[in-house]
Amino acid sequence: MSIEFDNNLPIYLQIMTYLKKEIVIGKLRPGDKIPSVRELAAELQINPNTVQRTFQELEREGIVETRRGLGRFVTSEEEKIMTIKKEMAGELLENFIKGMQELGFEEQDIVAIVTDAVKP
Amino acid sequence: MYSMDQLLQFDHVSKVYMRGRTALNNVSLNIGSGKIIGLLGTNGSGKSTFMKIAAGLLQPSSGHVTISGTPVGLDTKSIVSFMPDRPLTEAWMKVSDAVAFFQDFYQDFDVQKAHNMLEFMNIQLNDRISALSKGMNERLQLTLALSRNARLYMLDEPIGGVDPVARGKILDAIVEFYNEDSSLIISTHLVRDIERIFDEVVFIRNGEIVLHDEVENIRMKHGKSVDEMFKGVFAE
Repeated sequence: MSIEFDNNLPIYLQIMTYLKKEIVIGKLRPGDKIPSVRELAAELQINPNTVQRTFQELEREGIVETRRGLGRFVTSEEEKIMTIKKEMAGELLENFIKGMQELGFEEQDIVAIVTDAVKP
Repeated sequence: MYSMDQLLQFDHVSKVYMRGRTALNNVSLNIGSGKIIGLLGTNGSGKSTFMKIAAGLLQPSSGHVTISGTPVGLDTKSIVSFMPDRPLTEAWMKVSDAVAFFQDFYQDFDVQKAHNMLEFMNIQLNDRISALSKGMNERLQLTLALSRNARLYMLDEPIGGVDPVARGKILDAIVEFYNEDSSLIISTHLVRDIERIFDEVVFIRNGEIVLHDEVENIRMKHGKSVDEMFKGVFAE
């Protein structure tokens, strides 16, 4: 696991995004065990409390669940993972559209440009 | 007021040295348990004085310092492990002598942990301390300091003057071997390399605390790294 951290942004958010991505693209499968706080902190050379916070947030969002005495696991609810995937796509889209609008493109222009760009 | 999660408390502490230089000026600060804290400042800002006072090696000129509610003194020495910026070991020693020395000196010294850490650090018990490089010596000093079972660990410039590889190894060791129930204060002026292991940072300038915040708060509030914040505050 390797993340290029940007020290200008909260680290726990960056790890969250990273783990969500790993889950969404299936590198971490539903029901997979995720590393312990200690392991991940050591691997990424970051503060253990930061990792703890990441896991808490992921739990709050229902993406990760703790099983007593066993550790933390990726949720087995596939719909949950689909939802995350859509959310992440939504964020990308929103930023993209905003950026295009700032450049002065209208809705139909944006659609045309995207259609053109994804053509094989 | 003392509460359970307050570990180290500075209450209006000043330190004026014999020649009249003020090293700490009216410092009040609370450090909680279970945290890694960066004590950040340029050379001569008061970092070492702060640590020496907390370690009971220097008396403040005024103010009070308590650890877990107990005034700093003989009683607190057993719960504080301090790694000064100069080695505590002697040049004639082998690594094994240094370990034995610490074992004799500190009841809470965990020999097994020391051996594990030495292995992690690639240091042999048979190595002569005088033959260790600067980076290796820093690793040894860190091993000795972290192998005690203390409540508060203080490392004075653990990554100063060592190359980036040794620096990486030292950070690895800190994250790997740090006891999460205790707190760890690390003084440094090299912020960029180390800021990701901190919970909180304290900026100290001319003997005064100019900022004390959680690092993630700094990133969130200012959209800046701690390093950039540091450079901003300490710009001449």
